[in-house]
This record gives sequence, C-alpha cells and structure tokens, in this order.
Amino acid sequence: MSAPAYEKVILRNLQDPGYRGTLAEYRARGGYSGLPKALQLQPQEVIDLVKQSGLRGRGGAGFPTGLKWDFVPKDLALTKYVAINGDEGEPGTFKDRQLLEQEPHPIIEGTVITAYAIGAHVAYIYVRGEFVEGAKVFQRALEEAYAAGFLGKNILGSGFDLDFYMHRGAGAYICGEETGLLESLEGKRGQPRLKPPFPAVKGLFGKPTVVNNVETVSNLPPILVGGPEWYAGIGVPPKNTGTRIFSISGHVERPGNYELPLGLPLRELIFEHAGGIRGGRQLKAVIPGGASSPIFTPAHLDVKMDFDSVAAAGSMAGSGGVVVMDETTCLVRVARVIAHFFAHESCGQCTQCREGTAWLHKMLTRIDEGKGRPEDLEVILDVCDNMKGKTICVLSDAAAMPIESYIKHFRDDFEHHIRGGACPTGMA
Amino acid sequence: MGVAPAATPPLAGFRPETREFMAQIVSRYPTRRAGLLPLLSLAQEEHGYLTVEAMEQIAAFLGLSPTEVYETASFYTLLHFRPIGEHLVQVCTNLSCALLGARPVVEHLKQRLGVREGETTADGLFTLETVECIAACGGAPALQVNGRYYERMTPSAADALLDRLAGER
Repeated sequence: MSAPAYEKVILRNLQDPGYRGTLAEYRARGGYSGLPKALQLQPQEVIDLVKQSGLRGRGGAGFPTGLKWDFVPKDLALTKYVAINGDEGEPGTFKDRQLLEQEPHPIIEGTVITAYAIGAHVAYIYVRGEFVEGAKVFQRALEEAYAAGFLGKNILGSGFDLDFYMHRGAGAYICGEETGLLESLEGKRGQPRLKPPFPAVKGLFGKPTVVNNVETVSNLPPILVGGPEWYAGIGVPPKNTGTRIFSISGHVERPGNYELPLGLPLRELIFEHAGGIRGGRQLKAVIPGGASSPIFTPAHLDVKMDFDSVAAAGSMAGSGGVVVMDETTCLVRVARVIAHFFAHESCGQCTQCREGTAWLHKMLTRIDEGKGRPEDLEVILDVCDNMKGKTICVLSDAAAMPIESYIKHFRDDFEHHIRGGACPTGMA
Repeated sequence: MGVAPAATPPLAGFRPETREFMAQIVSRYPTRRAGLLPLLSLAQEEHGYLTVEAMEQIAAFLGLSPTEVYETASFYTLLHFRPIGEHLVQVCTNLSCALLGARPVVEHLKQRLGVREGETTADGLFTLETVECIAACGGAPALQVNGRYYERMTPSAADALLDRLAGER
C-alpha cells in the first residue's frame, strides 16, 4: 500500500535520487528565482507577502514569520542582523541536519530574502557543532553563492549588500533557544536572556535581530515564486499553512523525514507514511513535537498535526519530531531518559530549572532502578509544578510538562515500578 | 591592564595559516569576543584539545582575560580540556536511540574497550562518550566517530566499526 502523495515545497528537489544540492543543480530546478522577485519589491511588501502566506516558524514556537520581521524597527540607519538557527538539538528531530547537508541553497536564498525585508547587511548561521558534514556542505554553498553574486555587494544588481557567515556551535542544546543562540554568537556562555526586550528590538550585539530556523527560511523562495495565495492554500488556512518536515522515529517500520501538509491526522503520519508500528506491534505512546512536547496516547491518533490542533489536544507541534513507542516501551525509562537530557542541558542560571531538572532525574532514576518510594510521584508532580512559568527561558517548562504528561497518561507504569520494583516491559 | 604582554607574537602557539584564519574569522564580527567559539574550535583541531597556553593566547588575542575564556569554553560539551583518543566515539543515548537499543551498544563498548563513559583507552586510540540527541533518530541507534555518523548500531556492528578504525592506524 502506498502512502498518499502531497506536493512538496522544501524537499521537492531531493525526490530526485541523483540530486546533490549544488548551486548548478538547484538553479537548474528553478532555484534563486524567488530572490530576484523579492528584490523587485519594497522591503515592506516582502514582509506583507510573507504575512499573507501565513508562514509560521518551524523551529518550535510556531510564531508567524512575517509578524516577527515586522517588529524590527524600520529605521534605515540602524544596524540590524539576521541569525539563522541551525542548532537543531530537540530530541527526535533531524530535519535541519538533512537540509544543511543536502539542500543548503534554499537556506541561503531564504536568508537573503529575510535580510532584504528587514534591512540587514550581515547574517550569521549558527550551525550545531556536531554537524561536521552539514557545515562542510554549507560552507561550500556559501562560497558558490558569493561567486555567483547571490551574496556580497550589490546582489543581482539591486544595490543590496549582504555578507553571510557560518558560525559553528560547540555542543549545548540551549543555544537553540534564540537568545541563548545570540549569547553564544557573541562568544559567551549560551545562557538565555530575559525578554523583553525581544531580539527584534535588541538582539545580536544589541541591535535589532531576526532569528529564523533553517526550515522556516527554506520556505521563502517557493513562497516568492508561487505567491502567498498558493502557499496559504496548502495545509489548514488561514493559520496553519504550508508543509512541514516531520521527523518520524522510534518503533515504526520506515523512520525518516516526511514533508507533509500541515493538518494531516497523526494516524496517517504513523500508519501510512512511516509504515506503521514495527513488527505489527501495538502503539503505546507518541511524542508529537520533540522531547519538550507532552505525550499522546492511541486516543490521540485523530489529532490533526498542525500548530493549533496539537495545542488544543494538550501538547505542542514543536519541532516536528514525532517519536513513536510500541507496547514494549516503559514510560518510566522514557521519563528517565528525558529527565537526564534536560538536567544535562539546563544552563544553570535559574534555580527552578537547575535544581528541578536534577531532582527529576534523580527520582526517576530511583524509580527506574526499583527503589522508588510511594510518595515519589506526588513529589515529582510538585517539583514539576514549581518549574513552570518561573524561569528566564522555557527549558524548565519543557522538562516539566512532558514528565507530568507521562505520569498523567501512564501512571500504571510508574506505580508498578514503585510497588513491584521491576519493569513489566523489561526494556533494555 | 597591568603587565604589558611579553614580546612574543600573538597566537604564537599556532601554525601561521591557523593564525591567519583566526584573524580573518574575528573580522567577521563587530566585537572581537564573538570570535571566541570559532577560535577555540580551531585551537582544538590543531592541538587535539584545549591547552591552557592556547586559551591564554586566544584570550590575549581577543582582549579577554583567561578566566573569561575558560568560563565560556567550559559551557560547551564539544570542547575538551584533556587529551582525548584518536577516535572520539560518541554514542547517542537519547530517546529514539534508547528505544532501539543504544544501552546494550554502550555496555558492549565499555566492556570491549575496558573504559567507563568519558574515558580513553590506555593506547590512546578510543575515547568513549555517551551524548544527547545527535539528530540521527531516523537511523537509531546512532553514534558519531570524530563527527562522522554511523547508524543502526548493534553490539556486533559497533565491534566491526571499531575493528576497522583500529586497523586504519
């Protein structure tokens, strides 16, 4: 049985098995034809067009991209920056890595469009330190784009200048948070900043800055070429338009990146596109939007996978990382793994997060090892409650909310561990 | 501030082409400090890890105190302050990899190499680390060796990989 096919916007060229993502190949398939269209418009017209397309950020928060740009002061004399977020680290997500390694030019073209719209003449892309191959490919693509006149002085004879530099991370999840990213770009520890002021007003080096995700800007060239009405016709208009890349992993037959229109049922993603549960086993749980998102159960299979529907169902569409778990999965172990992650990645500046993530990890490890105490679950829920809405950034909430959801939906797994001391699933 | 720097050229401990590249990198930013992370990564590439001397020279070059450099560097997990093995084996133990058998792979590697997580073999060939999500969930369980990805790992696949890497010497 073949899965339903949909129009692709970002991974279109990669359907061609010989495609390598070089400048010549990208141009041969219509690449860099969105940029000249943007340069013929006034910057505000580009912003308005992106607003009309309905594009929302693909990094995690789903904020409307055009609106984010519109917050940047219009004063032409002000120095402004664009920072592209290629620091993908949300567990369960592997789409930005694919774009960097295999389709770098739409990122560059989209970045020039972004910079033109807000009036920035310097852009940086923050590429995760682990992405050695991605950084190599992207650097080559930058050099190709400079040589062809898509970057540098007087781009395509428009009079618009842009320098675009790659900046590599060195291992820290929190640098994917936009103000953590800016701190890191400035050569500091990647500790998020208090907001407001938001980056659009006071960002990189204290100047107005737009921070956009790699996948987000990859949508811009096709939007310029196809027009905002075309893009807004994909997905669930008016607020959940376009496609997104779902990274599907875990216990499915065909894990991978799937670019699909927003708003398809979760059931279709898992059972048609990703081939269903491995070995015909039963579905137990699904993380719908990266490790930070509260968990879904089989009762959520009809939830439509767009920003607002996933939120209405009690979770978040987040980074598009869908992690599927079958009946052999122990949610205590899942909780322990996730708590370890957040304890490891907490930057340490807020007490609730630094202490809370460490305590969650300690207690969940204890339960997983069969040494849980009857009162542990209530203490964990109390710790979670004290971690939410009280910190500089949302890492603390992102740690607490999933753990709460595991206990809410799979309390039996936890109680069994606490009572009996052993795991019924025997997960390795 | 205080003592005048010694009469050695800046970044004296690096190869001339590295020095030149470092200066070029710093010119991309409006502040010198913004060059810190890229320079530390270059220093690590050249020396294998961050020596105290390298951090001091970078500090002087960027107009920072050595403490500022160290407190920043210590935030980042890819930066090392001690020599590491020729092959840095980083096994992902985050969720998708854990679901598909990362733990048995780690336990097997610990046994085979005779090290704990974070340690280097006596012959200096391998350092074993467990790491958080490396964005290879579609090929879980996954690991990286010196930044290169190896996916769908099992204890026996990991053995074959290590045999091959050890033989490359």
